[in-house]
Amino acid sequence: MELEHEVLTDLFAKMLRIRRFEEEAARLYTEKKIGGFLHLYIGQEAVAVGTISVLKDTDYIMTGYRCHGHYLARGGSARAGMAELMGKETGCAKGRGGSMHFFDVERRFMGGWGIVGGQVPVAAGLAFAEKYKGEDNIAVCYIGDGAINIGAFHEGLALSALWGIPAVFIIENNQYAMGTPLERTAPTDDLSIRALAYPMARETVDGHDIYAVRATMHAAAKRAREQNLPTLIEAKTYRYRGHSMADPGKYRTAADVDEWKSRDPIKVLGETMDAQGMKELRLRIENEIEEEIQDAVRFAEESPFPAPETAMDYTYA
Amino acid sequence: MPNAMLNDTSAQSAVREIQIRDALKEAMTEEMVRDERVFLVGEEVGHYNGAYKCSKGMLEQFGSKRVIDAPIAETGFAGIGIGAAMAGLRPIVEFMTFNFSLVAIDQILNTAAKSRLMSAGQLECPIVFRGAGGAAFQLGAQHANSFEHFYAYTPGLIVVAPATPYDMKGLLKSSIRNDNPVCFFESELTYGLRGPVPTEEYLVPIGKADIKREGTDVTLVTWSKNLFITLDAAAQLEKEGISAEVVDLRTLRPLDTDTLFNSVAKTHRCVVVQEQHEIASYGAFLGHLITREIFDELDAPVGLVSTLEAPMPYSKALEVVLLPSIERICQEVRAICG
Repeated sequence: MELEHEVLTDLFAKMLRIRRFEEEAARLYTEKKIGGFLHLYIGQEAVAVGTISVLKDTDYIMTGYRCHGHYLARGGSARAGMAELMGKETGCAKGRGGSMHFFDVERRFMGGWGIVGGQVPVAAGLAFAEKYKGEDNIAVCYIGDGAINIGAFHEGLALSALWGIPAVFIIENNQYAMGTPLERTAPTDDLSIRALAYPMARETVDGHDIYAVRATMHAAAKRAREQNLPTLIEAKTYRYRGHSMADPGKYRTAADVDEWKSRDPIKVLGETMDAQGMKELRLRIENEIEEEIQDAVRFAEESPFPAPETAMDYTYA
Repeated sequence: MPNAMLNDTSAQSAVREIQIRDALKEAMTEEMVRDERVFLVGEEVGHYNGAYKCSKGMLEQFGSKRVIDAPIAETGFAGIGIGAAMAGLRPIVEFMTFNFSLVAIDQILNTAAKSRLMSAGQLECPIVFRGAGGAAFQLGAQHANSFEHFYAYTPGLIVVAPATPYDMKGLLKSSIRNDNPVCFFESELTYGLRGPVPTEEYLVPIGKADIKREGTDVTLVTWSKNLFITLDAAAQLEKEGISAEVVDLRTLRPLDTDTLFNSVAKTHRCVVVQEQHEIASYGAFLGHLITREIFDELDAPVGLVSTLEAPMPYSKALEVVLLPSIERICQEVRAICG
């Protein structure tokens, strides 16, 4: 399946933008300009970009704490994202959220949430509301493979199936729940099989293959939108970095990481662009993204911290 | 069952006496008629008409789209309610009792309560979690918890715990209209309690305590169904020559400190009556607050009548030992008035 040039270029640019944003974030973290936890999405970009690229602007997106990629894929501002990481007033949550809690509600990016699996029923509720209101919007919920054993995951999926909720649940199986490999958290490497119990439709897709990711998401979104039927998708993917910046990832082999990197979706799409005579365009995009990210870093560094007297703002309506 | 003639309804043109379960049903029904975005979800709320018949007839009136029977999955339906609130609806989530809210507490504390701050005001979460709290008769340890302080501890939540039919209805309507997540505590023991409720629409404001009995010698502070034993204790104390004022907090967060401090400044003595274990309790917080803020007004330490420090045993001979009682309230008052 060959993508139109425009789509191909767009997907490449969106993935690279996430990659470069996070590489800079990692650098700033080591300079102690970013505090707390920093969970990088590097390696998984094709999942967020591929899935979100086939959604409507009015569909809802909700994810866990590894949330930068989904925020940026949805069109979130790099400036506001970088400022959020530095805890600045100009951040996408005015410095109140941090790395794990990005928000851009105007774009219906409903946040990064920090309790594993906790966002599953909440995302179902977003979709429930759209059905209640008679809108044809859906909600898409991202979780990691570490979330599939917790109660909120099962209750969210069970009620979505029971009540015909137009949601799509995507397990981004990056093979590790923090430092624990999948073989020690699940008795099978087929994670979408759990959909059979509720029951709901299920799909398994290579998360490094952005073409396949788009096709799978397109079908699932259509099923939700037109039939009010939820889907559980397992996207097999890989994070190249540790669980967070505090984790050197020593529990896995270099060969394993290299195998995934050899099929890196950004590399693959870049090579495709070159092969289709768009090398010049690729280089121009790379330069533009570099400029955008450097501008975001400057913006974040120059932005003010929230005023101390606002520390308790936004607690109540 | 006592007759709760405790709210001044003399200004109302038409007043009937109705049970608390009907006051709650009227509040939900009126708000659902008024606002299409309001819906009710919970276990047994529809076909069964509510475990305590608080939603009797509502499924018939509003249909299964707006009165939704949920399976036993509190995390699931509380979470769905929260998400629906973020997307612009105004859910009422019924917990059959707040004992079962603990399996949804992550959703309430970590999602509903914090969504506004974490998103710097981009998310709103207008949702009501309501249900019975506290001990009923002989339900055993797991069904006798009073958890209002768990929720009152959490910034971002509003916690309402009324006692009378009038306050139940007026405060539930205000809670449904409020733009924050609200935990609304009822009691299994008082769903059948009757009291005057106007036929005309009215609201009771959140965050406003009510003096249910005036007095001059001591302020008794309480909330929820313990209002009734506290009033009985006040009547008993009157026979002994002690005039007790009874402050019904009605809302625990935000706390109406004005009404509380004004009363204590008048009587100079205070006893808190709570169906809570004393350690790390709401009453302990009130004692600290009164002592810190109006220490000079106090003629005695703030007294505290609490549930004793053990899980609730089943036997009726033991249950009464643990719970606050008229006699224990009177003893505490005598001790600080002596």
